[in-house]
Amino acid sequence: MKTLFDKIWDKHLVKTLDESSVVLYIDRHLIHEVTTPQAFTAIKAKGVKVFRPSQTTATADHNVPTKNQHLPIVNAASRNQVDTLTENCETHGIEYFGLGHKNQGIVHVIGPELGLTQPGMTIVCGDSHTSTHGAFGTIAFGIGTSQVAQVLASQCMIVTKPKTMRIIIDGELNHNVDAKDVILHVLKALGSNGGTGYFIEYAGRVIEEMSMEGRMTICNMSIELGARGGLIAPDQQTFDYLKNKERVPKGTQFIDAVDKWAKLKSEPQAIFDQEYLFSGEEIQPMITYGTNPGMGVQVEEEIPNALNNSDKKALAYMGFESGQSLLGTPVNYVFVGSCTNGRIEDFRKVANYVKGKKKASNVKAYLVPGSQKVLEQIKEEGLMDVFNAANLEVREPGCSACLAMNEDKIPSGEYCVSTSNRNFEGRQGAGAKTLLVGPLMAAAVAIEGKIVKL
Amino acid sequence: MKREKVNFIKSSIVPLPISNIDTDQIIPARFLKATDRNGFGDNLFRDWRFDENNNPENNFPLNNPKYKGTILLAGENFGCGSSREHAAWALFDYGFRVVIAPSFADIFKENALNNGLLPIELSQELCNSILNETKQDPSTELEINLENQSVRVIVSGEQEYFKINAYKKSCLQNGLDDLDYLIQLRPDIEQFEKAQKKEVIATNEI
Repeated sequence: MKTLFDKIWDKHLVKTLDESSVVLYIDRHLIHEVTTPQAFTAIKAKGVKVFRPSQTTATADHNVPTKNQHLPIVNAASRNQVDTLTENCETHGIEYFGLGHKNQGIVHVIGPELGLTQPGMTIVCGDSHTSTHGAFGTIAFGIGTSQVAQVLASQCMIVTKPKTMRIIIDGELNHNVDAKDVILHVLKALGSNGGTGYFIEYAGRVIEEMSMEGRMTICNMSIELGARGGLIAPDQQTFDYLKNKERVPKGTQFIDAVDKWAKLKSEPQAIFDQEYLFSGEEIQPMITYGTNPGMGVQVEEEIPNALNNSDKKALAYMGFESGQSLLGTPVNYVFVGSCTNGRIEDFRKVANYVKGKKKASNVKAYLVPGSQKVLEQIKEEGLMDVFNAANLEVREPGCSACLAMNEDKIPSGEYCVSTSNRNFEGRQGAGAKTLLVGPLMAAAVAIEGKIVKL
Repeated sequence: MKREKVNFIKSSIVPLPISNIDTDQIIPARFLKATDRNGFGDNLFRDWRFDENNNPENNFPLNNPKYKGTILLAGENFGCGSSREHAAWALFDYGFRVVIAPSFADIFKENALNNGLLPIELSQELCNSILNETKQDPSTELEINLENQSVRVIVSGEQEYFKINAYKKSCLQNGLDDLDYLIQLRPDIEQFEKAQKKEVIATNEI
């Protein structure tokens, strides 16, 4: 009795090396400018070219400015990295969506929206949030640069099979609770290493009823649990999302594909190495208070007691104390974007909240669409007018203040309410203090200038 | 890439007993703009090692002249977060050859092994014990034997065996990497592709 993970894994086994290591075939390789230059150098040193260039897709996202993308990148090191990717893609015949291209965007946002991500695939990228693509019933996981070189050179990797975990979220979600709250709730319960060594399958009624965008948010943060990845069995919603996407088969080929994809589910008697059950009703709007994504509370809860020196160090960094409520805490920075919450549904939620309201005067807000397509959609749906009227500026696509490799940095000592995925020390800029939230709370803080009840 | 062969390591320890040390701490994102693998050691733990004016933080263990050696002792879930291999490069470039912790994040562990940096999981008890002995006597040394998969505290004689993937162990002992192996496997991979009839394999031509 196989799990969905087992079914996909077994289909991609090229060779078994020993009891723990196998050669796994990779269907789709996504690359970006930051984790690939050394990989191209490595294969060049071996005197080989990219083995299957048509299965690799490149974009520039981590290091790009989110303003004036039509102009040359000002920072010389960032420009060099993007230029290096451009050259490497030309040399090896890899499709590349650079700045200015209509398909450019965060690698994990463009994969699904172009239909590069399809059920049953193995997908890797030199980026830990590759787990996002698991929302479509894929084995998708982040890899290091040495492994990027392996995939470029052979379309394969030498890997160890992870254990399987199922997280079932049953019942129904409360009003004002969305996918981000669900995954922050799970993170609070299991901790930031609760999934180490595992590949997760998410299931249950809450997941079944969730949009593809929401499923991507959940799978995206599987890595914050320490898991290699997370996936969700494809269903009618998945097929509806993929229908008519640029790279998805059309017509009768699509019907055949759906027939095949519909078989991708764990068998009823399949046994997982670990299982957890949550109920949707227990989940409330969440916010993090510490320096790893497992350090979260319900917005109306108090910060729990620090259990050890690491917790104390985190609270000292954040400027919080055990027992303190976060409600009313003034916040001067808001970031809406990233591969976690930079899709159209997220911007719709923000627009819906801020409509007819004005940004608080103390707030500087970064609204950064995940891709050019998301930006286009923001314009087409009239959301741009809503944001403009609320004094909220929408920037151009990229990873931006999620990891602050470009100019979009939160100043030292400042709190930032962020829809991204990591609240590590200095993640959004040296000394910056990140509080992870869903898009609705980000919208509320942009308007109120402080943390409020939803 | 040609690597140092790993087999016996004997060294004192630099203790950093903090849990959940993420790769953003090991090497902050703003230092990831290079296109080569060199020099990342200068910025290892940059924001913990140096203050905003680039002066060394004297309380940070790497800045404490008492603590020297090629073994870093850290808390549980070391290397969580970003998949950046630059974290493993930075630790290696700085001079570390071993990281000991009660547990590691999966991607970091693989990145370390791919770069000749040995990640060793020991029990929390032995980690605590090594930490205490190092604090009392910073010259405390460990002896690591990869063949036997053992770690021994030289003075006290405490010893524990660690697990390591057999394939990775042999790569480390022989200074090999996966790339050569996979390149010579290309004919088998082509056979696999034909056998699967590209059933689940997408192409950009669709």
